[in-house]
Amino acid sequence: MNSPAAIEVRDVRQEFRVSGGMFAAARHVVAVDGVSFSVPAGRVLGIVGESGCGKSTLARLILGLLAPTSGDALVYGQRLAALDRKARARLIQPVFQDPFSSLNPRQTIQEIVSLPLVAQGSFEAPEITRLTNEILDRVGIARAMATRLPAELSGGQRQRVAIARALIIKPKVVVCDEPTSALDVSVQAQILNLLAELRREFNLTYIFISHNLAVIEHVASTVAVMYLGRIVEMNETDVLFRSPRHPYTRALLDSVLTPEPDLGIPDVGLGDAVPDPSRIPAGCRFHPRCRMAVERCQREPPKPDLAAPDEMVECHLANQDNPFQLVGGQYAQG
Amino acid sequence: MSAPLLEIEDLSVTFNERMAAVRNASFRIGRGETHCVVGESGCGKSVSALAVMNLLVSAAKRTAKRLSFAGEDLLAMPEKRMAQLRGNRMAMIFQEPMTSLNPAYTIGSQLTESYRRHKRASQRDATARAVKLMGRVGITAPEMRLGQFPHQLSGGLRQRVMIAMALMCEPELLIADEPTTALDVTVQAQILRLLNELKDEFGLSILLITHDLGVVARVADSVSVMYAGEVVEHTTARQLFADPQHPYTRGLLSCIPVPGKSQRDKPLGSIPGVVPQVSVGFSGCAFRSRCAFADADCAGTINTQTATADHNYLCRLTPTRQKELARA
Repeated sequence: MNSPAAIEVRDVRQEFRVSGGMFAAARHVVAVDGVSFSVPAGRVLGIVGESGCGKSTLARLILGLLAPTSGDALVYGQRLAALDRKARARLIQPVFQDPFSSLNPRQTIQEIVSLPLVAQGSFEAPEITRLTNEILDRVGIARAMATRLPAELSGGQRQRVAIARALIIKPKVVVCDEPTSALDVSVQAQILNLLAELRREFNLTYIFISHNLAVIEHVASTVAVMYLGRIVEMNETDVLFRSPRHPYTRALLDSVLTPEPDLGIPDVGLGDAVPDPSRIPAGCRFHPRCRMAVERCQREPPKPDLAAPDEMVECHLANQDNPFQLVGGQYAQG
Repeated sequence: MSAPLLEIEDLSVTFNERMAAVRNASFRIGRGETHCVVGESGCGKSVSALAVMNLLVSAAKRTAKRLSFAGEDLLAMPEKRMAQLRGNRMAMIFQEPMTSLNPAYTIGSQLTESYRRHKRASQRDATARAVKLMGRVGITAPEMRLGQFPHQLSGGLRQRVMIAMALMCEPELLIADEPTTALDVTVQAQILRLLNELKDEFGLSILLITHDLGVVARVADSVSVMYAGEVVEHTTARQLFADPQHPYTRGLLSCIPVPGKSQRDKPLGSIPGVVPQVSVGFSGCAFRSRCAFADADCAGTINTQTATADHNYLCRLTPTRQKELARA
């Protein structure tokens, strides 16, 4: 890899203490458990997983909003937790899921979008106005709306405002946490297209978190699949979708309902066990839900094959010439 | 075909006599059939379902040429009779299983309530039925769940409880309003499979409301596409995906990324703008402000066109004409 890593995450771990209520002891929840990856500049890393798998915690770690319990998250070689807020804001910006709660309801669109510049303290008022107008034009918000309040805007328009706010300061990395989940399909397409254009225009690196695999497939260059706080498989998007190696990835891909009648509803075969980050199973953490689990999976956690970090998978059965070849599923024909 | 279980003809719902939420919607659901109503938020899907159940808020007004369930006229039905049907012969499950279960009551008491009321059953019989149904919908250790509260269950389990609850009185019609939207994809597939199995097993008719065309493709027998309160296209699921007619349906289909199918470097198809709010007295095609093919005539009366015997749509232009215009 020649390009410098825009994001470098090294063995990051995040624990939370959760009160167990009046009579129970407090528990430790390991939301992110030893995650490492790097993202070259200009690429899009998609992170998928079910709710509670730690994807949003990971986003907050990368944004420097949380200091990890152990490990390091670096953006362009800098440890975010150590940077001051202004410097951090110039490097990395978030776009969150819910444009209804991520915008201050009492500020005008103009105030919301210009805040990152104002907070820097080094921009003159006329320049702030000019840059604000420029970015609002670019994301497709009419000038007339600049003086309105978020409540007067539709969900799609609000998400455009959130994108404008993230980009006005020309950051290098944008973390998008479920940016289209709260939007209608037709609006989702508009926002995804806009994010793709802006990435090329401003040469941005994205971390793109979503539970929607179809969206991830469309936007990401590399995909990381998370399960109970760990990345269990990571690969180039095309490869991962064509030939998933982890049974969990396969199950996720199988559960995508593409708009094709006659295919019926897939039998994902994950069983009813619900993953609980405060009670992580011994051995392979996926084994209680895995239909291919063997005895070894209950004992011994699988180790990723470090020889090829760009195509990592954490599964005992994927690392051998395995007799449990994953077959079937709608992507197998690829 | 035998007489349909639910027949809706020219259903309209207005709010405060100003906003038109549903406008002349018509569809019918046969016995043992799954009918999907699909559309974006604010298009009138949920309001249509609530209108069938007569659960609209007091500011809403419902009118229809015909609204019948198993041959009975719902429009003229007194509320007392309606209450006997609701939860009994027609049941409903909602999107958010956390807010539709009462957090202060146990799962057991919520499951048995409607059965005891409608069937005048003893608590013991009701509990026995609840345990049986919980097992059927895939809830492990059902006896233990009876004493639990909703917050002790995961989202998928709560939705299974909702389904078991809806099935307690052996309804003929199950209305499911976005039943899997709040769930993870893997759980979504499990719940939809379950609904399909139950449909066959209990001979249910299902009215499924969703915004997700993927769900429609996989579960629906027939489909109504709604836009701004109107049914703009109505046909079988197979027909809708093979040969969509209305520009809105076609646009919506182009908006969804399909793994392995849509080209990743190309932008997705998109429909500019947003769904408009339509007031009472609105005329013409509501999609015209977002439609690439619209002209002055689209502000006039739009008549329903027929593509095939069971395929109607609400647009002046045939797809062939749309293609010609797209090339021009």
